[in-house]
Amino acid sequence: MEIKKLASAGTMESSDAYVEIEPGTDGVEIQLDSVVMAQFGEDILTVVRQVLGDLGVEKAKVRVVDRGALDCVIRARVETAVLRGKGEA
Amino acid sequence: MRRSMLFLPGNNPNMLINGNCLGSDAVIFDLEDAVSPAEKDAARILVRNTIRYMDFRGCEIIVRINSIDTDFWKEDVRAILPHKPGLIMLPKTGTAQDVLTADAFISQVEQELGMEKNTVGLMPLIETALGVENAFAIASASSRVRAIFLGAEDLTADLRCKRTKESREIEYARTRLVVAARAAGVDVYDTPFTDVNDDEGIAKDAATAKALGFTGKASISPRHVEVINRVFSPTRKEVDYAYEVMEAIALAKQQGKGAISLYGKMIDAPIVARAQQTIEMAQALGMDKGEM
Amino acid sequence: MATKLVSSIQEAIRLCGLKDGMTVSFHHHLRNGDYVLNLVMEEIAAQGIRDLTMNASSLFETHSPLLGHIENHVVSLIQTDYMAAGLGRAISQGIMEKPVQFRTHGGRPSDICRGATPIDVAFIAAPTADPMGNCSGKYGPSACGSLGYAFADAMHAKKVVVITDNLVPYPLQDWSISEDFVDYVVTVDAIGNPKGIVSGTTQITRDPVGLVMASHAAQVIANSGLLKDGFSFQTGAGGASLAAAKFLKDIMLEKGIQGSFGLGGITGYMVDMLQAGCFRNLMDVQCFDLKAVESIRTDPRHQEISAMQYASPTAKSAVVDSLDVVILGATEIDTDFNVNVHTDSNGYIMGGSGGHSDTAAGAKLSMIIAPMFRARLPIVTDRVQCISTPGRDIDVLVTQGGIAVNPRNAELKERLVKAGLPIMDIRELKEKTERITGAPKTIRRGDRVVAEVIYRDGTLLDSIYNVPGEQR
Repeated sequence: MEIKKLASAGTMESSDAYVEIEPGTDGVEIQLDSVVMAQFGEDILTVVRQVLGDLGVEKAKVRVVDRGALDCVIRARVETAVLRGKGEA
Repeated sequence: MRRSMLFLPGNNPNMLINGNCLGSDAVIFDLEDAVSPAEKDAARILVRNTIRYMDFRGCEIIVRINSIDTDFWKEDVRAILPHKPGLIMLPKTGTAQDVLTADAFISQVEQELGMEKNTVGLMPLIETALGVENAFAIASASSRVRAIFLGAEDLTADLRCKRTKESREIEYARTRLVVAARAAGVDVYDTPFTDVNDDEGIAKDAATAKALGFTGKASISPRHVEVINRVFSPTRKEVDYAYEVMEAIALAKQQGKGAISLYGKMIDAPIVARAQQTIEMAQALGMDKGEM
Repeated sequence: MATKLVSSIQEAIRLCGLKDGMTVSFHHHLRNGDYVLNLVMEEIAAQGIRDLTMNASSLFETHSPLLGHIENHVVSLIQTDYMAAGLGRAISQGIMEKPVQFRTHGGRPSDICRGATPIDVAFIAAPTADPMGNCSGKYGPSACGSLGYAFADAMHAKKVVVITDNLVPYPLQDWSISEDFVDYVVTVDAIGNPKGIVSGTTQITRDPVGLVMASHAAQVIANSGLLKDGFSFQTGAGGASLAAAKFLKDIMLEKGIQGSFGLGGITGYMVDMLQAGCFRNLMDVQCFDLKAVESIRTDPRHQEISAMQYASPTAKSAVVDSLDVVILGATEIDTDFNVNVHTDSNGYIMGGSGGHSDTAAGAKLSMIIAPMFRARLPIVTDRVQCISTPGRDIDVLVTQGGIAVNPRNAELKERLVKAGLPIMDIRELKEKTERITGAPKTIRRGDRVVAEVIYRDGTLLDSIYNVPGEQR
């Protein structure tokens, strides 16, 4: 799936995550900012990569601001951002 | 068992992930009024993930999808159905045809998914004057309908009257829905009480609903859940009586008697059925068999 | 007419003979609205005095200028019961050579009274005072209610300076601290910002999780066997704790139970309970809101108490020893029920015991109320990063997803199971939580001690280590 435009999903509220995605040139780049970086940072990156992989996103820049969201929430926000970003530019 | 149903906004992770801890028998994940048009996609995916990944044992999940006159409802059904929610709530149901339209599409998706037909039940939300007048037709339109639900906020707007705490303005709708539901053999749930801070008001309102014959009541605040549960639980007296009925029946059978009375009242089939229901509910609630 | 009035803080400091290496003390009744600590420290720094010990009952965000005084070696040791996150973060990064000494609200006056932590000069912010030093917190534009934490300082410091913005003619009626302890009186324009001193009306939480916890908490108390005539109770000012008090009030009124006293930091909710007849008295070491201040000023059933009477383990008796139930918070609790209220999930200091371990030690039922997880971090861990209150003093943990009873209190467990409450083993609760959140990685801690947690009896309970590098 190709990301054609800048798109975002989610909020900065506690227990949520804000995800921004835009077209990339070279693979998948993820920038993560999390309130639980020390405890869950790696887990979150794994989940984000997995969702992108499942949706067939190969080139994208992704920024995630995590406010202590559970995996299922992060997955939802990444998926929503991808689906919003695949539309016409 | 659905004494209480708690509405939770579909795009609010903090509410959704804690939904199973809030004490209600069921939660209603709301994709309709609680979600703005621009966030319908986000809420749909979030609710789907919550059902897919979170453990809601002991708390039934109901999803209020968008109404069939929107562009969203079919996608809602497609996203939610594979995860088998307890019920789908169909807002703004006005006619039996509305039910049939939803039923046909849900059946189609069930078939595509290889699910057995009628796996997921439907609960039409009746919140228009037309819906109230068609209540029995709606409740009996399809075997997929498991319950009907009264929505008083939209209804009073449609009736052009004020929604009040005394609820005189919905008396007719309430009794009409209870009669329609019972005639169709389905459950019936009452509209939420909307003043979050009025503890006395909710207790009174729930008691009224129970007295009219409602199966349970919805709520928009976790603060109301406890009192709704209490009102819609069988009382000690009711449970004791139910056990007495069952024992009297057993005794009658043993003695080969056809008819039997208890406290001077004939025990007939509806009374036995009711006693059985009461006992089942009491057992689910962990109420012991009391002293007699 | 005699007077102890001096012209300025500067003059008072000089007259007290404050020198390098001495100890100064402050109370925290003006909370985040306090101006006095900063005013005094600025003067001290200007006079070139260095290497002081600061003994403050609590330190708030407003006291952040202290960081400059630490950097300039004006302050070299801090003794306190509580430290807000801004200061705490810097301490955790290792800006002080000597570890901060954390005591409890009972341990601090105990150590002052028995001479373990002598004070050279106590600076007492007083919302109202007369020229001889009789002073009170109940009156004046900066009224804060009780002055409970200032008594030990006033009675045992070598020199005592009262600082007020509301000087009244001698004698002030209804004083809290009396003139016989006071050396000097200074007037200033304002001792604090009323907005930061007390909150307006505190609203009961609308957070659904908080309400569920509160409801569980009230049920635990109702079924503990302690809720009967003569019942005594303390609760914190957090949203869920206040909601628990509200639910408890409903139960007490429904059952017609009259308690003996409500204790603690007092909020409007406790005043409501007094006025509704749930208690005969309130014992008040600190007021949290305007309603509490109004009540302590006008209602003789609402009594000010000193920190010694509140919680000192070396007092001949303290109110906490007569307490039935206390509701407390936690940032972490471990499977042995040890509680951390000193550091956040990343190891940074952001709090302190206050009266946590004092009330837990005294009360018959000590309850921790906390959500199963905050921002994905589980409340139950294998081992807390810092023991603020030892697990032997905690009876029960109440969360929205289950209630864990300390195995030491088997009787309570039996009662609560019988009442149909969702009781589970604390390990089971931990596993249940981690199924939702995932298991967090343990964070790294440094190897330098930045603070010592001193238990109420004066022994070292635990040490807090620096947080290495920048980790978020």
